[in-house]
Amino acid sequence: MMRRLFLVVWLMASAMPALAFQPPAAQSEYVPVKDLPPVDQLPAAPLLVAAYSFIWLAAMFYLWTIWRRLGKVETDMRALEQRRSPSRR
Amino acid sequence: MRKAFFPLLLVTSAMFAYAPVVIAHADYESTMGLVQKVMYFHAPSGMVMLISAVVCGVASALYLWKKDPAADRVAIAAAELAALFGLIVLVTGPLWARKAWGVWWVWEARLTMSFVGWLITVGYLFVRKYGGPGSDKLAAGLAVFGTANVPFIYVSVNIWRTMHPMTTVVPTLQPGMRGAFWFSALTLFMLYGLLLAARVHLERQRTALDQLYLAEED
Repeated sequence: MMRRLFLVVWLMASAMPALAFQPPAAQSEYVPVKDLPPVDQLPAAPLLVAAYSFIWLAAMFYLWTIWRRLGKVETDMRALEQRRSPSRR
Repeated sequence: MRKAFFPLLLVTSAMFAYAPVVIAHADYESTMGLVQKVMYFHAPSGMVMLISAVVCGVASALYLWKKDPAADRVAIAAAELAALFGLIVLVTGPLWARKAWGVWWVWEARLTMSFVGWLITVGYLFVRKYGGPGSDKLAAGLAVFGTANVPFIYVSVNIWRTMHPMTTVVPTLQPGMRGAFWFSALTLFMLYGLLLAARVHLERQRTALDQLYLAEED
C-alpha cells in the first residue's frame, strides 16, 4: 500500500516540471479591441501628445507673460524719465 | 547674460523641438509601452520643480537673514517657476497614470505631497500679490517651510510603497532610455535657467521703476 502511494507521489512529482513548462494555451477565439477593459482600449499616443503639447504651451505662455510684463515696466520707465527730463531743464 | 540669452533661448527651443525625435527612438518600456514616454518630460519637470522650491527657500532664508533685496528677487522668480513646473508635473502625471494605472489620480504619498508642495508655492505667490506691506517677509517664511517639504516629496516613494515608480528608476535607466532622458532633462534645466534669468531681470526692472517713482516724489 505504502509502496503504491509512494510510486504515485513520485510519478506526480517527476511530471511537475513537464507540466510547469508547457507552452501557453493556443488562442481559441479573437477578441475585438472594443470588448477589452476601458484601460486597455485607451490609445496612448493622444495622452503622450497632450502631455508634450501642454509643456510647450505652458513654457511659451510663461515666457510671453514675462515679455509682456517687462514691456509694461520699461514703457513706464521711459514715460517717467521723459516726464522728469523737462523738469530738470 | 543678456547677450547670451537669445542664442541660448534659440538652442533650448531647438532642443525642445528635437526632443520628441530622441524620445521616439528611445526603447519602449516592457509593461507600459508608448505612454511611459511621458516620463521623459514628467520626471525632469518634477526635478526642476523641487530644485526651484529649494532655490526659493534658500533665497528666502537669505532675505530674512541678510535683508538682501537681490535674494528676494531670486525667491519670487523661483517661486513662480516652481508653480509653473509643478503645474506641468500635475498635468502630465495624470495623463500618464490614466493609461498606466487606469485612473487619473490616486491620493497616495508622492502625488499628495507634490500637490501640497505646489499649493505652498501658489500660497507664496498669493501672499506676495495680495498680502500688502510686509508680505515679503511673511512669504519668505512660507517658502522656507515649503523647502522643508522637498526631501519628504523625494523620499516618499521609497518610504511608502505605492504605485508610483521609486527614485531608483532614473539612476538605473537602461542605455536605450538613458540618453533620451538626460537630453530631455538638460533641455528643461536650460529652459529653467533662462526663465529664471528673465524673471529676475523683470523684478530688477520693477525695483528700478519703484526707485524712479520715489525719486520723482522727492
